[in-house]
Amino acid sequence: MAQMKYFYELTISSSPHVHSPVTTQTIMRDVLIALAPALVGSVVFFGFRALLVTLVSVAACLFWEWGYCKVMKLNVKVADLSAVVTGVLLAFVCPVTIPYWTIVLGAFFAIIVVKMLFGGLGKNIVNPALAGRAFMFSWPVLMSTWVKVGFENAAGLGSTADVVTAATPLAALHQFQLPETSVMASFWGNVGGCLGETSAALLLVGFVYLLLRKVITARIPVAFIGTVAVLTFLFPMGQPRIEWMLYQLFSGGLMLGAIFMATDYVTSPLTRLGQIVYGIGCGALTVLIRYFGGYPEGVSYAILCMNCCVVLLDRIGRPVKFGAPKKEAAK
Amino acid sequence: MAFSFFGGVHPKENKFYACDKPIQEFPEPDILVISMSQHIGAPCKPLVKKGDMVTVGQKIGDNQGLCVPVHASVSGKVKSVEARAHTNGTTTMSVVIENDHLGTLCEDCKPRTQEEVDALTPEELMNIIREGGIVGMGGATFPTHVKLSSGLGKVDTIIVNAGECEPYITSDDRLCREMPAELISGLKIIMKILGLNTAHIGIEDNKPEAAKALQAQLCDADGITVDVLPAKYPQGAEKQLIYAVTGREVPSGGLPAAVGCAVFNAATCKAIHDVVYEGMPLIKRVVTVSGDIVMEPKNLLVPIGTSFNDLLEAVGHSENPYKVISGGPMMGATQYDLSAPTIKGVNAVTILGRKNKYAVERAQCLRCGKCIDACPMKLMPVLMYKALQSGEVEEMKAVHMMDCIECGCCAYTCPASVPLVLAFRSGKQVIRNAAAAAKK
Repeated sequence: MAQMKYFYELTISSSPHVHSPVTTQTIMRDVLIALAPALVGSVVFFGFRALLVTLVSVAACLFWEWGYCKVMKLNVKVADLSAVVTGVLLAFVCPVTIPYWTIVLGAFFAIIVVKMLFGGLGKNIVNPALAGRAFMFSWPVLMSTWVKVGFENAAGLGSTADVVTAATPLAALHQFQLPETSVMASFWGNVGGCLGETSAALLLVGFVYLLLRKVITARIPVAFIGTVAVLTFLFPMGQPRIEWMLYQLFSGGLMLGAIFMATDYVTSPLTRLGQIVYGIGCGALTVLIRYFGGYPEGVSYAILCMNCCVVLLDRIGRPVKFGAPKKEAAK
Repeated sequence: MAFSFFGGVHPKENKFYACDKPIQEFPEPDILVISMSQHIGAPCKPLVKKGDMVTVGQKIGDNQGLCVPVHASVSGKVKSVEARAHTNGTTTMSVVIENDHLGTLCEDCKPRTQEEVDALTPEELMNIIREGGIVGMGGATFPTHVKLSSGLGKVDTIIVNAGECEPYITSDDRLCREMPAELISGLKIIMKILGLNTAHIGIEDNKPEAAKALQAQLCDADGITVDVLPAKYPQGAEKQLIYAVTGREVPSGGLPAAVGCAVFNAATCKAIHDVVYEGMPLIKRVVTVSGDIVMEPKNLLVPIGTSFNDLLEAVGHSENPYKVISGGPMMGATQYDLSAPTIKGVNAVTILGRKNKYAVERAQCLRCGKCIDACPMKLMPVLMYKALQSGEVEEMKAVHMMDCIECGCCAYTCPASVPLVLAFRSGKQVIRNAAAAAKK
């Protein structure tokens, strides 16, 4: 018999035996870092309650995922941070005055119903945070109470009864009027609106970070925002059209949706062409809903609708494999 | 010239471990195990029996058909002819030789002068290459004489693969630096056989010294160009190399000859020189023994049949090995029996520590699409994995499972650590089994 000189506990596995340092966890961590400027901005604009709402949302998402895994006897994978991202995004699309119980319910719907019941991370069809928001619109008044920015103690930590409410720029746009606040205010974010979506500038900082870290490509956000820009410029409902277009771009959830939600890997197409068509679809639906819909905001429903088309969009623009027979081109 | 290909990844090269270590002669071990299966094709039948005396370079196994002979790499006594562990995880018939350390040379191994070589016809040269037991030494171990004879009249471009894109491995790098003249002499023999005046040597730009050493040996009249290609894994994969050098795409399911190309590994060229000029069959090869826990990484000139144990001992390691890999970490095969011998296709032994562990339980695909961007065959691994889970053979074929070259780019880059290559290997087997069942 062959004599073994040494005994080691050797691992047998299929190649490759080395792995890229980029993992699900590092990707989610990068998304959280990219969201951080907007979170800081929300605290500056809306007060300390913005942070608390976000923390409650994150904690609720983590709890629901952990609890589901425990009940279903799955190994708990909250360390991949995907539930944290969902939690932050869910808080970002709520008004700062949202009662804590509402966001805990929203987190339940996002994590349990939309994500875990479909098979967990990677299997959900629609974006959990957006679906959670859509669910929370079961309480439309709570979801559309907007506080005036900069009002001292605008949103008390506990009660939200005495806040001063204000119209958002989107509400004005929905009436086909230009908002009273300036375009620059919309860009920097000290206007009324959802917790994390008001500052286009801070969200764009996150966008640049994600691009530099190669977490996302520019295809979906550029197609999305570009389509909104083109459509609102061509068909303005208020004058001057340039200003109308800029208000449309910087108001509401467009930046947040285009940069952080439409680019969600799980619920966006795989092919380059599919991604571009998806982005254009999101943009067109957003404008249609904003112009003709009942709610002033259309971004979240536009993305949810396009999420459902991903299975089709995955079929277009597939790469031609290396060495595939060339169609007789040289005729 | 295309110079690059679609996809690919940039794993840490880790070549610094061994790239500055000159090739060292490995002291002949006392016991060598010469496997009869060192090439693609029919295994050799042993020509010696227990108790026989053998000499260096003596033919000890051969067979008909797609086969090249194997030779004794040392002189000594045949201890046994039995099944022994093989690097592919099975056992194969092997001749075990007890080294007498006399180095008695076989009478058949006679050097040839330049005049004698010039007088040889292509057929004679191909026969010498066959008898020398030459196979593709990059790892595929396809018999070289078959590649040459099947390429006659079809091939218009010869490419030497000195890409060596696998992390850690530096054996071809060292070969190019230290023996460029022999390598080019072997290449010229290939050019003579195929009747061509030009050839390309493809090398990555992370090996400037090797490229310079090759360049220094060449003059315009040789017709040989050194193509320095951007370092990217898998630059050394045959189809990707051909595309980078010529811009031609080897058709799906086809051989390089279909686009007029023939690719030879750098070490193979050197081996052809050895057998034609020195009369020495392929009994030694350069093996890089390296890895992140290796104390003294080395490039060793190893007699074929040296066990992995002996190689591990020669370099030492700072902690218990987690994986011992025959080849590099991207495509190499993990070993569990270190008594397995080196064979002709082993260009490296890579020893990795525990910190390379990355497997996860219940891996969850994120649909991030990084695998699509990484695949040098322009496939969609994410959909291939889905097709495999469906179990439908037709679906697997529709996503081009059989075009996968198992380079590992997708699995390397997958953030969720989905075991993609493992999945595609089994998927291909499912398709092959279905095809075999349909034939019956």
